[in-house]
Amino acid sequence: MSKVRVLVGTRKGAFILTSDGKREKWDVSGPHFAGWEIYHVKGSPADPNRLYASQTSGWFGQIIQRSDDGGKTWLQPGTPAGQPAAPGPPKSESNKFVYDTSAESGKPLTTHQWYDGTQHQWEFKRVWHLEPSLTDPDTVYAGIEDAALFRSTDGAQNWQELSGLRGHGTGPNWQPGAGGMCLHTIILDPSDPQRMFIAISAAGAFRTDDGGKTWKPINRGLRSQYIPDPNAEIGHCVHHVAMHPSRPGVLFMQKHWDVMRSDDAGDNWKEISGNLPTDFGFVIDVHAHEPETIYVVPIKSDGEHYVHEGKLRVYRSRTGGNEWEALTKGLPQKDCYVNVLRDAMAIDSLDKCGVYFGTTGGQVYASTDAGDSWAPIVRDLPSVLSVEVQTLA
Amino acid sequence: MIRVILPQHLRTLAKVGSEVTLEVEGQVTQRSVLDALEARYPMLRGTIRDQATQQRRPFLRFFACEEDLSHESPDAPLPDEVASGKEPLLIIGAIAGG
Repeated sequence: MSKVRVLVGTRKGAFILTSDGKREKWDVSGPHFAGWEIYHVKGSPADPNRLYASQTSGWFGQIIQRSDDGGKTWLQPGTPAGQPAAPGPPKSESNKFVYDTSAESGKPLTTHQWYDGTQHQWEFKRVWHLEPSLTDPDTVYAGIEDAALFRSTDGAQNWQELSGLRGHGTGPNWQPGAGGMCLHTIILDPSDPQRMFIAISAAGAFRTDDGGKTWKPINRGLRSQYIPDPNAEIGHCVHHVAMHPSRPGVLFMQKHWDVMRSDDAGDNWKEISGNLPTDFGFVIDVHAHEPETIYVVPIKSDGEHYVHEGKLRVYRSRTGGNEWEALTKGLPQKDCYVNVLRDAMAIDSLDKCGVYFGTTGGQVYASTDAGDSWAPIVRDLPSVLSVEVQTLA
Repeated sequence: MIRVILPQHLRTLAKVGSEVTLEVEGQVTQRSVLDALEARYPMLRGTIRDQATQQRRPFLRFFACEEDLSHESPDAPLPDEVASGKEPLLIIGAIAGG
């Protein structure tokens, strides 16, 4: 019988929620890494027992955790599990993210734009997103703040920057969004191992077609009133991007304001906000079996980061955008003022597919019927930063 | 033998109690103590000082003998009481919310 495992990152630890395929009764494990911010936890598609977690703290910096048994036990890659390393040269480099400033990258890579328009030195702050390879459990990508893309090919023991992204020329014009200058979205193309999409707040979306050596901005059609040139190539605050694996050329984007769609792998975008009550938001995701069915959670505005009209509503479009229906059954419809952050929605691949999202109020909601109805799995976790789901055989 | 007291989260990470003891060769300085600490507990690399710059992380402070040593040179000798093991070096997280 199938199982599902929901991986939840919160402001004060990670939680793992498991259920059988009915998704009615849930076992809650955690907090793992209690007291630390867990920005993201994600499993390897090639080995579901291999999990990676980003554990971070303003005090103590970045830690990378790895599990090889589905989250029962964890280790910092490079350190023997459960015991201190012997005296001698340090073995663990797993939290060492050093920007590439080598001559080969061709650029000094030293500054980006600060909030006030001046240039500011790149500084590593944290890992926002971990994206395991589709085929190799030991290969994983990390999206970091200040924005850059790193890759490990040894199970997160060592990290190297794919510096062609920052070095391609527009880096000095990137600037931080309200949450910092983060690389938060990494999408691997299942049909083309050389193609990858990433997104940065507030720079925009980028694509590589050569495995990460060279990159180009893919922001044509985005329009942002909060930058001097609303149609600029760079400077858009992209919040999240989603893709259905069967149609890797079709991308859906929740921008700061505006829900967008591209049918040519990001070369051109058009707005699909349609009848949404507000088109500000963070999450966007695609149905597991219907590539034209997409989900968003509208948020009132950039100044009021909570759901519109005190109602927690997921909006679903079955037409690839423009025509949206509110999904409310089982969700609070008054006095609700939570937010749903950019990595806090996930969809399993059972039939009917399950949809999951976590709120800043600590609830994790699940729908077992593709969004028609909802129920909380847990109600009182710390503020939720990220939600991922694994469908297990 | 040098004594070091760690903040709670780093004890959890290193799987140790509140105080750890270290052998330090040569002069006892912030740098030599932290080098020895990280060599023995590699999971603490990057948590007290930046991996690339080796600068003290801004929300952490170093105290010993009731003195704030946070802004001393990392290569300045630590007090004799620390070098002799009579007093510990305290690594403390700033109280700043969280």
